Amino acid sequence: MDWGTIINNTLAGLLTPTTIAFALAALGLAMHFGFAGLLNFGIAGFMAIGAYGYAISVLTFGFPWWGGMIVGIIGSILFAILLGVPTLRLRGDYLAIVTIAAAEIVRLLFLTTAFTDVTGSADGLFGYNNSGGFTSANPFPPGSYGWGPWTYNSETLWVLTFGLGVLAVCVWFLWALMRSPWGRVIKGIREDEEAIRALGKNVFAYKLQALIIGGIFGGMGGIIYAAFANVSPGVYVTSITFFIWTSLLLGGAATIWGPVIGAVIFWTLQAFLSNILPELALAGILPVSGTQAATLRFVLVGIGLMLLVIYRPQGIFGDKRELTFVK
Amino acid sequence: MNFLFVGNPKRFLKLVVVVFTALIIGLGLLVSPAQADSVGEEFDHAVLGNVKIKGEPVGGVRIVVEGPSYTAEVVTGDDGSWLIGVPTKDTYTVTLDQETLPAGIAVLEGGASQEVDLGLSDRVVKNFFIGQGERNEVSFFDQFVARLIYGINFGLMLGLASVGLSLVFGTTGLSNFAHGEMVTFGAVAALILGVVLEVPIWVAIPAAVIISAGFGWSMDAGLWKPLRKKGLGIVQLMIISIGLSLTLRYIIQFFIGGGTEQLPGFDSPKINLFGSVALSVNDLYSMGISIVAILAFAFWLLRTNTGKATRAISDNPDLAAASGIDVDKVVRIVWIVSAALAGLSGVLWAYFRPGIKWDMGTQILLLIFAAVTLGGLGTAFGALIGALVVGILVETSSLFIPSDLKYVGALVVLIGVLLFRPQGLMGRRQRVG
Amino acid sequence: MSNSDSPQKSTGLHIGEAGPGCKKTDPMLIIDHVKKSFGGLTAVDVEHLEIPKNAITALIGPNGAGKTTLFNLLTGFDTPDTGEWEFLGTSLSGVPSYKVAQMGQVRTFQLTKALSLLTVLDNMKLGAKNQVGESIFRALFPRSWRKQDAEIEIKAIELLKRFKLDTKQADFAASLSGGQRKLLEMARALMTDPVLVMLDEPMAGVNPALTQSLLGHVLDLKKEGMTVLFVEHDMHMVRHIADWVVVMAEGKVVAEGPPETVMNEQAVIDAYLGAHQDTDLGVVTGRISIIDQEKDK
Repeated sequence: MDWGTIINNTLAGLLTPTTIAFALAALGLAMHFGFAGLLNFGIAGFMAIGAYGYAISVLTFGFPWWGGMIVGIIGSILFAILLGVPTLRLRGDYLAIVTIAAAEIVRLLFLTTAFTDVTGSADGLFGYNNSGGFTSANPFPPGSYGWGPWTYNSETLWVLTFGLGVLAVCVWFLWALMRSPWGRVIKGIREDEEAIRALGKNVFAYKLQALIIGGIFGGMGGIIYAAFANVSPGVYVTSITFFIWTSLLLGGAATIWGPVIGAVIFWTLQAFLSNILPELALAGILPVSGTQAATLRFVLVGIGLMLLVIYRPQGIFGDKRELTFVK
Repeated sequence: MNFLFVGNPKRFLKLVVVVFTALIIGLGLLVSPAQADSVGEEFDHAVLGNVKIKGEPVGGVRIVVEGPSYTAEVVTGDDGSWLIGVPTKDTYTVTLDQETLPAGIAVLEGGASQEVDLGLSDRVVKNFFIGQGERNEVSFFDQFVARLIYGINFGLMLGLASVGLSLVFGTTGLSNFAHGEMVTFGAVAALILGVVLEVPIWVAIPAAVIISAGFGWSMDAGLWKPLRKKGLGIVQLMIISIGLSLTLRYIIQFFIGGGTEQLPGFDSPKINLFGSVALSVNDLYSMGISIVAILAFAFWLLRTNTGKATRAISDNPDLAAASGIDVDKVVRIVWIVSAALAGLSGVLWAYFRPGIKWDMGTQILLLIFAAVTLGGLGTAFGALIGALVVGILVETSSLFIPSDLKYVGALVVLIGVLLFRPQGLMGRRQRVG
Repeated sequence: MSNSDSPQKSTGLHIGEAGPGCKKTDPMLIIDHVKKSFGGLTAVDVEHLEIPKNAITALIGPNGAGKTTLFNLLTGFDTPDTGEWEFLGTSLSGVPSYKVAQMGQVRTFQLTKALSLLTVLDNMKLGAKNQVGESIFRALFPRSWRKQDAEIEIKAIELLKRFKLDTKQADFAASLSGGQRKLLEMARALMTDPVLVMLDEPMAGVNPALTQSLLGHVLDLKKEGMTVLFVEHDMHMVRHIADWVVVMAEGKVVAEGPPETVMNEQAVIDAYLGAHQDTDLGVVTGRISIIDQEKDK
C-alpha cells in the first residue's frame, strides 16, 4: 500500500482545474436550484456550450482566447433563454425531465458526425488553447511552482490562477445578488410564486434572470475545464450533472460557499477513492480486481447522494428551514 | 378485501406462460457462439471506433490494429463499433479490411490504413465513416415501410419498459430515474443465468423476469415504502432515485465490466419479409413476446381486482384509500409488475441492440420518459401508445436526419409534449405548472 | 384595535334601485359580461357588476357559487372565456396578475401564503413596490438601493407594530401561528400601498378572539381611503362591517344592496341560509312541526 502516493494525489485533488470547473458549475446550480428553486438537471448542457463555444470560436473562426470565452458565455445566455422561455412555468419534476432532455440534445448535437468539421464529433476538439493564445497569455515563466502535492508547471498554474480568479468573481456576484432585494424576491419565488405575483413582481422575468446567471456560471465552468483539458462530448453526460448535484447538496444548496466547498470535498474524495481503492484491491484487502475497484467509487457516489438527501438534505452549511424541496 | 382472487386470471396467466415458454424454446434452439466486437480489454489502453456507411453502422467489418510489439484484430458488432485493447501508449496502425465491407463499397477517404497515437489519453478513437458508396436503389416508400416495422418492434419493447414507469408515477407520484437500471437488471440476470450458469435460454429468460420481479419487490420494500412513510416530498424522492440509478449502474458495471456481452442466439439470421423489410428471427420472437406480455398485462389491469385498484389509485389516491383499497399492498404489486415488465424488456433490448452493456438501460431511459410523457404520465395504455410512437419516430427519423441524431427526435417530442400538452395523449388534465 | 362603536356605514353608493348589476356613484371596478366555464360547468356568468369606491363590499353566496373564481378572474390569476372589466378606467382583460397588482389591486389567499422560509421582516419588505434593488443590474450596487431599503424597513416595522407582530420581525414566518400568518399577509398586502384590497375569506380558520382584531384592521383600511372587497361565509362579519353586499349563486349575481335589506330578499333566502339562522334546526329539517309544538302548549 503506497500511502505516500495516495495521500499526495488526494491532497492534489483539493486544487485542480477540474475542481474549480466543478465549483463554478455547482455555483450555477446553487443559483438555479438552491436559491431560485429551479430543478435544472441540464447543467452539463451549459458546461458543454461554454466549452464548445470557446473551442469552436478559436479553432473555426480564429477568435483570440478571450473572445472565445466571451462567445462561450453568450452561448450559455442564449441557451438559458431558449430553455427558459417555454419551460419556466412547468412544475418541478417536469422541468427536471425537460432539462435533462435538452442537455442530451445538446450533447448529441455535439457528438453527431454531421457537424464533425466543426465539433470533431466523438473525437472532440483540442489545440485551441495554443492557437487561441491562452497558453501564450501565461504570465508565469516556465518552471515548477508550489510544493509537496501542490506542485504545478507554469501552464497549470496559469489555468489555476485564472480559474480561481473567475471563481472569486462569480462567488462575489452570487453573494452580492442574494443579499440584495433581487435576491429576496428570488427566495420568495422559490417558495410560492403566486404570493410573489400577488405583490406585483414579474415572476417569469426573475426566474429567467436566475437561469441566465446560473447558466453563465455553468458555462464558465465548462470553459475552465476546456482551458485545461480538451473538449469532448463524452464529458458532458448526465452523470456529470448528477455529480454536480451531489457536490451542491453536499455543501449546502442554498448557501454561497456550500457549492464551492462541496465541489472541493467531492473531488478530493474522488481523488482519494480512485487512489486507495485500486491499491486495496492490489494488496488483496478488497477481494476485487483493479478495474472493479475503480467502479466502486461511483457506487459510493450514488449511495452518498441517496444518504445525503434522506438524512441531511441541507448539506454541510445549509439551513434545513430554508429548503423548499424538503417536506 | 381479498383481491388476489383465484379463478380466471390464473388460468389465463397459465396459458400465457405456456405460449411464452414455447416461444422461448424456439429461440433457445438457435444457439451460436457469441461474437465479440471488442478484444484485449485486460489492457489499460485501447484503440476504438465505429464503422459507418452514410451514417448507417456496419457490422462484420474486420479491423486490424498493429503496433511495435502487438497486433490484434476484431470484427465490428452490429452497431458498427469495435474496440481493441493495447498494452502500451504507442503509435498504432489501424487497418480496415476492405474485403469485409458490404459489396460495392471500396474507396475510403484517407485510405484503409491510418495511424493513431495514444498521446496523453488512455483511449484513442479512429472512426471509418464512409460517405459515397453505391447509390441506394431502394425506394423511399420501401425504406419507410421497413423503418416503420423496425420502429414498431422497438416501440413494443420500449412499451414493456414504459408501462411500469407510468404506473409507478401514477400510483406514487415518483419519477423513477432508476427505471433504466431495472431494464439492465433483467438483461444481466438473463446473462448470468444463460451464459455464466449455462442454464438453457428458454428457462433463463422467464427466470430472469421472475428475478426482476423480486428486485422490484425489494426496491419498494427496502427503499420506497419506508421513504414514503417518512413523508419525503416528490422532489427529494426523485433525487434519491437519481442516486439509486448511479449506484445500480455502477454496481452492474462492477460485475460485468465495461464491455458488451451477448446472450446466446443473438446472431439470428435475417428473413426477407417483403419489400426491403428484413427482420431477424429474434426480432419476430421479440415482437411476439412483447405482444403476449402486453395482452397479459392488459388483462391484469382491466379484469383483476388489483389491476382495477391500480387504476383507481392512479386516478384518485385519496378516494381509493377511502374506499378501502390497501394502497400499500397495491403499490407493492405495481412495483413487482413494473420490474417484471422492465426486466423482460431488458432481455428483448439485449437481443435488439444486440448486446448487454452496463449502461444499456440508461441509454433508453429518456426514450422511456418520452414515451410515458407522450402517452400521459400515470396511464398504462397511454405509455404503450407513446412507446410505439416514439419507436416509430426514432426509426423513421433516420430517413430524414443523420442516424446518430435519431434519439433527438424523441427528445424533442418529450419537450414538446410537456410544453404544449403536458397531460399527454391520454392523461388527466392537471396542473403542471 | 377594538371598535366598540358600530362602524360608520357608507350610504348613497348606488344609483337608482338596488339590484343585481346596479350602477354605483363612484365605481372602482366595473365588470361586463364575464363568463368562465370549466368543461361543461359554467362557473361564472356575470352580466354587470360595479364595485363602489372607498366602501367595504362583501361577496357572499353558497359554496360553488363562483366567488373565488370571480376573484381569480378579477385579479388576473385566471382568464375568463369572455368579458371585460375595468379598474379605475383601465381595461384589465389580458393583463397578467403581477401587473394588476402593480396597478393598485392586492389580494390575499384563502390558504395563507406567508412565506415560511423567509423572516417576517423580509416578508414585509417584499411587499414594497418599485424597489430599485430588485432590478438585477442595480442589485449589484448597494449604494443605489440601501437608502430606499432602509425607508422600506421603517415602514415595514411600523405596519408590524400596528398588527402587533413587531416582536417577531426576525423570526421565520414558519414559526408564526395560523392567525399571526393571516395578520402578516394582510400587513404585507398593505406594504404595496393598494387602492383596492381583495380578501379571500379572511376569517377562514380564525379563532373568535382574532376575528375582532381582524375586523378592526379591515375597517381601518376603509378609514385610510382604500376600497375593500372580501369573500366571506361569516354572516355576522358581513352584517357588521359591510357597506354593500353582492350575492352570487350558481355563477350569477342574484342580489345586491346594503346588508340589512339584502338578507331579507327572497332570492337570497332561496339560494342560501341566512334567514334560517334564528329558526330551530329541527323545524328547518322538518323533524319537528311548529304547529305541533304550538298545539302542545
